[in-house]
Amino acid sequence: MSRRLPPTDVVVVGLGWTGSILAYELCRAGLRVTAIERGPWRDTPTDFPTTTAPDELRYSIRHDLFVRPAQETLTFRNNRDQTALPIRRWGSFLPGNGVGGAGVHWNGQTWRWHPWDFTFHSSSVERYGAAFLPHDHMMQDWGVTYEELEESFDRFEYLCGISGKAGNLKGEIQAGGNPFEGPRQREFPTRPMQMTAAPDLFARAARELGWKPFPQPSANLSEAYTNPYGCKLAPCTYCGFCERFGCGNFSKSSPQTCVLPVLVRHPGFEARTECQVTKVNLSADGRRATGVTYVDTAGQAWEQPAALVLLCAYQLFNVRLLLLSGIGKPYDPATGEGVVGRNYAYQVTGGATGFFGEDRLFNPFIGAGSVGMVADEFNADNFDHGPAGFVGGASLACILSNGRPITTRPVPPGTPRWGGAWKRATRENYNRWAAVGLQGSVMPYRGNYLDLDPTYKDAYGLPLLRMTFDFPENERKLSRFAVDRCVEAVQAMGAHTVRRNEISGPYDIVPYQSTHNTGGAIMGSAPKTSVTNKYCQVWDVPNVFLAGACLFPMNAGFNPTGPVGALAYWAADAIRDRYLPNPGPLVPA
Amino acid sequence: MPPSPTGTRRSLLSATALIALAHGPAVGRTVRGALPWSPNEAYPPPRAVPGGWLFLTAEEAAAIEAMANRLIPADELGPGGGEAGCAVFLDRQLAGPYGSSEWLYMRGPFARGTPQQGLQEERPPAVLYRQSLAAIAAHCRARFGGRAFAGLTAAEQDALLQAIDAGRSGIAGLEDKPFFEMLLQNVMEGFFADPIYGGNQDMAGWKLLGFPGTRYDYREMLDRPHQPYRDPPVPLSGLRAASWQVAR
Ligand SMILES: Cc1cc2nc3c(=O)[nH]c(=O)nc-3n(C[C@H](O)[C@H](O)[C@H](O)COP(=O)(O)OP(=O)(O)OC[C@H]3O[C@@H](n4cnc5c(N)ncnc54)[C@H](O)[C@@H]3O)c2cc1C
Ligand code: SF4
Repeated sequence: MSRRLPPTDVVVVGLGWTGSILAYELCRAGLRVTAIERGPWRDTPTDFPTTTAPDELRYSIRHDLFVRPAQETLTFRNNRDQTALPIRRWGSFLPGNGVGGAGVHWNGQTWRWHPWDFTFHSSSVERYGAAFLPHDHMMQDWGVTYEELEESFDRFEYLCGISGKAGNLKGEIQAGGNPFEGPRQREFPTRPMQMTAAPDLFARAARELGWKPFPQPSANLSEAYTNPYGCKLAPCTYCGFCERFGCGNFSKSSPQTCVLPVLVRHPGFEARTECQVTKVNLSADGRRATGVTYVDTAGQAWEQPAALVLLCAYQLFNVRLLLLSGIGKPYDPATGEGVVGRNYAYQVTGGATGFFGEDRLFNPFIGAGSVGMVADEFNADNFDHGPAGFVGGASLACILSNGRPITTRPVPPGTPRWGGAWKRATRENYNRWAAVGLQGSVMPYRGNYLDLDPTYKDAYGLPLLRMTFDFPENERKLSRFAVDRCVEAVQAMGAHTVRRNEISGPYDIVPYQSTHNTGGAIMGSAPKTSVTNKYCQVWDVPNVFLAGACLFPMNAGFNPTGPVGALAYWAADAIRDRYLPNPGPLVPA
Repeated sequence: MPPSPTGTRRSLLSATALIALAHGPAVGRTVRGALPWSPNEAYPPPRAVPGGWLFLTAEEAAAIEAMANRLIPADELGPGGGEAGCAVFLDRQLAGPYGSSEWLYMRGPFARGTPQQGLQEERPPAVLYRQSLAAIAAHCRARFGGRAFAGLTAAEQDALLQAIDAGRSGIAGLEDKPFFEMLLQNVMEGFFADPIYGGNQDMAGWKLLGFPGTRYDYREMLDRPHQPYRDPPVPLSGLRAASWQVAR
């Protein structure tokens, strides 16, 4: 039996990046906000001080910060002919847990996506014709444009203090920045990070190849910064324990460094941690959310009534909560009908690792999650796809984030995996390798989707989410094409040996690729083909709003958190300026 | 380590932070008004305490030590894996949440999936090691005139490990590939993880690579690309090495 609590104005489910931004913006709008988070409270001095943060075994290998699969996981299969089995140990992606969410242990590579990304379907048809698009695609535009989101991108960048160099200021191309980016109204809040040896060498090689490399926009800060909320960040020390770790220096933008200090002090705010939301409760007619149900650590269920419910539980868990709550029609791949679970996409990763001679000493342990140089020539629609024969693109980057010894000690192809020869090669090459990596787009397809698993349950007896995903041929072409470019770059850097890392075989849940899951509860312009309208408001239940990459109808050649943060601000504005004065659907269905 | 996947030390420590609602107390935590913080609340790693074996038997430990010394042999570059404490590391890991797969999803039904579906093994590492090491021990006694793995010559040990690695050992009761992958991974973990966990003694693994450990601030090096980093490594305990020299 669940016990009923006194009502609040807003329930925020999940206190990560999007949850903390939305909670604070709505507190400032005068609402009482209760955030409910399944993991523990976490903060810099208690959970990742410099004296315990740099621990590779604990965080990177044993996954101490991520949600434990014993608490929540999902099942996986490559296609509908297989039986999905549970992801018992994380591999391909690492979902966050606890206050701060994955914002605690991200790299901090912070992008505005290209204007093209938001109209990727109509723009592709216009330039290449509908017949050029891949078989069984589910491409459709976002329903919101880059121009509409520009101000929100700016706010997320200034919240974080992103270190970078503008490439396009109000339409004027700027030397040293990304010449392909959409126009921005002002410079980045802080100057770009100083480069380390490998990205520097890559930048020189890229220029020789005719590319225009630029510094990765970084949430590891180049200098001290105070954000518009008054939260303070310190310069990054290139500690090399960045992604998968919390930052002990207050140098990485995160909910902890950028929002929580002011959010917690706001009288309208309250957080409840170690409480797992299991359901959004609906009115009898299913048209209104009445609040949420959550379970505390003693197994007691509580009902928290609220006027507004915001799902900020990360892409995967937002989709699961919608399905568990019966919000929106579940997607059926057989008929192509239904909306919740459709357009699940991931990312193409890989690249080339180069091994260098005695003259190079890269000191890979001097690194940060987003220190590097990027080339954007082969991303989005920045090149002619006609001859390439695929849709989408990839950014190419040399980012040397770490030399952590359990995982990061590559050896040339053909080296034995153990024994004396392995030991010698490991010592010789530890300091003499550099990689150029790629992040490639993935289009939405009819057979790649999310639903509830028929067999496997969580600790509360509720069905796990089920993922059905593989890389289609269009993405495999993109992988070969982009890895070829990475090989060219590594050769131009002067490597004597190059190892290709490209997609081969079915998508594999075991090796880490990226925590850039997208889709499943997408935004759009029609209720038949999307879960929310352009304001992230659920079509069927207008007092539920979604945040996070579940809203993306496709995945691009950049990391997702730039648009995730921008959409959180976009939704906050819509709630404050449009919904509160006149609660109801913001777009007629 | 916290005993339950959801509970943490804080639900035990900060009783004052628990909410007392009109309806009765809720387990969980409410944060309101100020950042919750009290001195010495940091969440330290579970450090390996010296002493006898916690999980492994003496014979199992001798076998692991010998295996680690072949996977990472002693040579002019430094000590072997066994000498650097990989068996102590593994023993402490198997006695903790890793050994029991406590943090993993271990609900059934268990089925053999495709390789792309990853780990589907019902037995946690502690059980797998116990069974696999027993199978290897029985094989060695039968094949090598009653000798244990640790009593074989280095060449015999290498040949046996190569056969297991290649999946053709034919040892009854041993699943070659899964065991070897787990062993290799754990030995490398022990050799390269912070010494606080019992392996990587004298920072042998870090010295092999030239990894400076937990120094956490390299800004002074940014203006000196491609220059060697000279300061010796520092582990979490803060007891820095006197130099990059390896103990021989
Ligand atoms: C190793 C790593 C590196 C990354 N690097 C980058 C990068 O360089 N650039 C980039 O753009 N992105 C990166 N990301 C992704 C980035 O972290 C996410 O995009 C971002 O954190 C998403 O924000 P969110 O608010 O949607 O989810 P999160 O920040 O993960 O927050 C979701 C919160 O909801 C909670 N929650 C979930 N379910 C429930 C429930 N049922 N009840 C209560 N609470 C719940 C979770 O515990 C979590 O705290 C990286 C991620 C990882 C793991
Ligand atoms: S690399 Fe920089 S931002 Fe990242 S954890 Fe270290 S100090 Fe913090």
